[in-house]
Amino acid sequence: MEEFTTIWLPRLVEIISWACILAGSLSAIISGIGLIRFPDFYTRMHAASIADTAGIGLLMLGMMLQEGLTIVTIKLVLILAFIFFTSPASTHALAHVAFENNVKPLLAGKDGKGQDKRQGDDDATGGKQP
Amino acid sequence: MFSVAVIAILVAMLLALVRALAGPTVFDRILAVNMFGTLTVALIAAIGFLAGRPEFLDIAMVYALINFIATIAVVKFFKFGTLGHSGDNSAPSISHTEAARREDH
Repeated sequence: MEEFTTIWLPRLVEIISWACILAGSLSAIISGIGLIRFPDFYTRMHAASIADTAGIGLLMLGMMLQEGLTIVTIKLVLILAFIFFTSPASTHALAHVAFENNVKPLLAGKDGKGQDKRQGDDDATGGKQP
Repeated sequence: MFSVAVIAILVAMLLALVRALAGPTVFDRILAVNMFGTLTVALIAAIGFLAGRPEFLDIAMVYALINFIATIAVVKFFKFGTLGHSGDNSAPSISHTEAARREDH
């Protein structure tokens, strides 16, 4: 037991911390690739929110495990709380104003709100930006 | 190891910047700049740990708040055309009631 708390527990925390930081970095890169490659605005919004949740969350968690229980951890928790509350708010406002300005989803029908109506001939133009 | 995180965040920021430059609508650009700001918070924190100076986290905290307010401000500007709009469309604005009262006299 002595050996576990003095030798193995710090190593375990270190391994988990680096795994979190690597996963967060990977999430950030995946989010960037999705932002480039996704076809319309709303799917890009989904891709960008990966960086806000998984990327920031895992990176901050890894840094918290690196630091231990200090003032730095409290600051990291505060940053995480800010991002977790503000990111959905800004994303919602952005999606709302985009929808009001006639940015249609790619799979929308001619009226702009239907389900997938791709069986029509030229309905794929529903996603064209104004 | 923090250098790996910094490089990954920089790559993701570069991709977001490409979308901000190429975005077909203005909303794509706002979205990309929002993500760029979020990644900047992570970058500042990671650089603070990399340099052994975790005091950088104060700057990251301020940047997180500024990023949110900037996004909301830009969205409001594109919705109403001005930043001074109250957002309440049903109530007449002060200038309208003022004009109506002046017409009564």
